[in-house]
Parts: sequence; C-alpha cells; structure tokens
Amino acid sequence: MTENTSQNANVVVEHLRAWNPNAIEEVMEFRGETTIVLPRKILRGVAERCREDAALRFDLLTDATCVDRYPHEPRYELNYHLVSIPRKDKIRLKVRLSGADPVVDTLCPVWPGANWLEREIFDLMGIRFTGHPDLRRVLLPDDFEGHPLRKDYPVEGYRDVPMVPGFRKSSV
Amino acid sequence: MTTVETAAGATKTMVLNMGPQHPSTHGVLRVLLELDGETVVSAIPDLGYLHTGIEKSCEDKTYSQAITLTDRMDYLNPLGNNLVYCLAVEKLLGLEIPKRAQYVRVMMVELQRISSHLVWLGTHAIDMGAMSVFLYCFREREEILKIFELFAGQRMMTSYIRIGGLALEPPAGWRAVVDRLLKMMPSRIDEYESLLTGNRIWMGRLKGVGYISPEDAVALSMTGPTLRAAGIPYDNRKVFPYSSYDEFEFDVPTRTESDCFARYLVRVLEMRESLKIVRQAMNKITEDGPFKAEAPGIIPPAREKMKTEMEALIYHFKIFTEGFSPAPGEVFVTVESPRGELGCFVASDGSPKPLRVHFRSPSYINLQALPKLTTGQLISDVVACIGTIDIVLGDVDR
Repeated sequence: MTENTSQNANVVVEHLRAWNPNAIEEVMEFRGETTIVLPRKILRGVAERCREDAALRFDLLTDATCVDRYPHEPRYELNYHLVSIPRKDKIRLKVRLSGADPVVDTLCPVWPGANWLEREIFDLMGIRFTGHPDLRRVLLPDDFEGHPLRKDYPVEGYRDVPMVPGFRKSSV
Repeated sequence: MTTVETAAGATKTMVLNMGPQHPSTHGVLRVLLELDGETVVSAIPDLGYLHTGIEKSCEDKTYSQAITLTDRMDYLNPLGNNLVYCLAVEKLLGLEIPKRAQYVRVMMVELQRISSHLVWLGTHAIDMGAMSVFLYCFREREEILKIFELFAGQRMMTSYIRIGGLALEPPAGWRAVVDRLLKMMPSRIDEYESLLTGNRIWMGRLKGVGYISPEDAVALSMTGPTLRAAGIPYDNRKVFPYSSYDEFEFDVPTRTESDCFARYLVRVLEMRESLKIVRQAMNKITEDGPFKAEAPGIIPPAREKMKTEMEALIYHFKIFTEGFSPAPGEVFVTVESPRGELGCFVASDGSPKPLRVHFRSPSYINLQALPKLTTGQLISDVVACIGTIDIVLGDVDR
C-alpha cells in the first residue's frame, strides 16, 4: 500500500522531526499525497506547530474524517486534511485509535473550524474529543442509539429488524 | 415560543425557532435564535433533517454504483459531485483521462456553476423582496438544464461524469446550443445587475450586513465565494488545478468588504468568468477522440466491442457483476464547487466496494460561521446571512 519515504521527506516532515524527533511514527506516500502518522498524545502539539510555524503555516483545516478498519486493531484512523493557503501545500495528519479507547484531544482551540467536523465524527463514528466545547450529535437526532458509520452497524439499521438478542440482520 | 431568563437575570431575551419550514432557510434548516428585541444575541443552527446516510450507502455499493448517490447530495451541483467522486476514484486507480473528456467535464461543471449561482441569485432576491429577478434567473437556468438534458438525457441528476471519462459521447449539434447560451448570457447578467446592483433597497439590505474578518473566515474553514469576498483568493481551480484547469485563462474575483453585498458581487463576477471558461473549453473540445479512458477491467468496453469480442464481453460481465478492485490506499481530492471547496475522501481496502467514502461538503462547513455572522444583527439580516452563505441542505446533511 505505501512505502516509507523518510529519505526524501518533504519540508513538513523535516520541520516536525527537527522540532520533536518522536513526533512522527510513520510517513506514507500514496499517489502524490503525503500522510504523517502521529502518536495520539501529541496530536494537539503537532497541530499547533503546523499552524503557527512560519515555515509551515497550515492555516486552513479543510477536512477531518475517520475510517473504521474493523476488525483490525487499532480500529479507527482519524485523518486531518490541512491546507496552507499562502504556501499552496496540503498534508494529511493521521492518528490511530483503538476500539476500546477511541478518545483524542480536540483541535478546536487550534482551528475553530474543527468544531463541527469533530461533532460529525462523534455523531457518526463515536470518537470522543476531550476538551471539545460542544460535543453533541449534529446530523442524527439526539436520542439516536449507536454510531452508524461504524463497520459493525448494519447498512439497513436496526429499526425494521426484530430486536431479538443475538439477531442481527447481516449487511449485504 | 418561550421566554427565558439570561444568566444575569437582569434582561429577558426571547428564544425563537426559525425553521425548519421557513422559506428563507432554503430547505430544512432550523436556527434557534435568542433575541433581545429584534437583535440576535445568539444563533444555534440545528441540522440533520435531510440526513440520508449517503456516506454509509456508498460503502455498500461498488465504486461505479456510488456515482448516482453523489448526484443527490448537493442537488444544485450534481455534476460537480460526480466530478469530485470520479476524480478521487481515478486517483486511487492511477487512471489517466483523455484530454477531450477533461475539457467536456470542465465545460459541464462551469455550466453547472452558472446554473447554481442563478438559483442562488433568484432565491436570494426573493428573500430580500425582489420577486422578478427569480423569474429571470430561472428562465436562463432552464436553458442550461436543457443543455444537460441534451448531453446526458437528464436535467438534474445527470450522472454524466463517470469513472474514466463520460457516460456518453457529446451529442450532435451541441456546439450551436452552447454557443447560443454563451451569446445570450452576458446581456442577461447585465439585466440582473441593472435590477439589483444599484438598487437602493438591495444595497440597504446587504451592505455592511454579515461581516466576517478574513482571519475568522479561514479559522472557521470557510471556502468559496464567502472566503473570496473577504479578500482571500483561494480557489481550487487556481491553487490545486484539476481536470486541466491550468490550461484555462480566467480570473478569481475577490472583494475585501466581506459583507453580504461583496458575496453577491463575487458570485455575479464568477458567472462571467465561468462563461469565459465554457467558451475556451468549447474551442478545446475536438470533434473526434475518446471520451473515456482505455482500462480493461475498469472501464466498460464499447458496445460494438462487447458484442463482437469474447474478451470484451468477459470484462463487461465482470465490471457489472463484481466491479473492480483498486489497490489499497486512501486519497483526498478537492474541487471548487459553486459553494466552496468540495472534497472527497475515498479509502480502499482492495475490495470492489469502498472502505470509506467521505465528502467534505462546503455548505456544512460554511454554515458553521452562521452564529459568527448573525450575532448582533437584526432578525431580517439573519435571512440575508443564510442566503449569502449559499447553503444547500442536501449538501449540509448528506
């Protein structure tokens, strides 16, 4: 799937490595897109660095999304897509979270735009963001049970299916 | 309608439900307004009324089948949704698309941009009390929809852009029809402007309303005309060109006032720029040439081939029964939709169905700035602010 290109790593990777040698777990290159995999603990620090560093200046958090790799562990992959408008550059930050403990620091203090992006992930995937100012469901009703974008949630939902313990309509 | 006491308890504010059936919310958006007299103290958008789980449904379809779902997200920009999804899958596959198909794609999405801006202009004018503009805008939009019908057989949910190219060869006689539109449109845009730009009521309702500073706009991840009206020339077509946009000459209109009036001007100028792009694309599209890429096992073979060659028949059968399996990996592609940066994230695990499809919808993220835009304004200005963010609720809720 990916190859490690740490030998000819780009400017972002160099800067982050110079700042904190342990900041980067892995660098992936696929179809010209660079992905930096970070440990969960320092996501916030790296995000601040990406935004504030005069050589990086990733001022726009364009998207945040989550992939569920169930049944593999760590199950969740959070992807943050950053854009630097002045430098015309893009990067993807990735954090892996285990199914047992899907919790990560919020990025709202760094980019206020992360607010609804994280709410959407919370709503549909059930990832919790510590320190988030307003972590409520956004697309689904407040009384909705479960997180439908998880892979163990059937495509048809549970609503029209008899709620018998152990019975679960397979998602075709 | 209820009244609540503020924390201080000194003054009383009123909580008002605006929507979800309010006509100026352009669909089913509900905004909880806390009002002090007629002044907005806080605004809380409540959404999800149109949530249909398109991202989940995509995971249950083959890569080609999911295209028809993308049409139904942002229903004023179906071709743009097709384009971003197809670009993402093509990037995942590493496919190279013939230039002719790329130019047709550019022409179609630019026509779509004009039609989307026309709907925006018409409905926004109605919100502000100018009825006639709506009728004029929809008259011209009808002409554009007729072009889509000519190309794809469908007026709105065209699914015309497919993985690897286009669904159909451009129809006979399309040049005359597009040419007629291009000749007609400049004077029609002048007509709208003569009705609105210098209109005192229009200026009074929009100028100085809904200001957001460029710093706040970027921090809140706003994109599109709303960001460009704040003076930041961020346009995906220029900054990260796709589909051969780097071969076209056009300007990115910006304003610095960052109010509702500036957003209106940016959109009108964008329509004029789009006309330029359509004209250039029309000249670039050759009469003959492939309209989809050659990739056995991914792109369905031509009908004649399928009927005469055994191998082509096998590919045809395999593509439509089990689909194709891109290499594992993930891509994120962004295009400039009429509303802003439209992104598509596709992750593959090597199976014929996508592991995850996510759409970065510009309406959803731009709507986030609504409380910032409306706080301290009057109720009637909330209508102007919702209007000039240009949300499409199908795109917000997906």
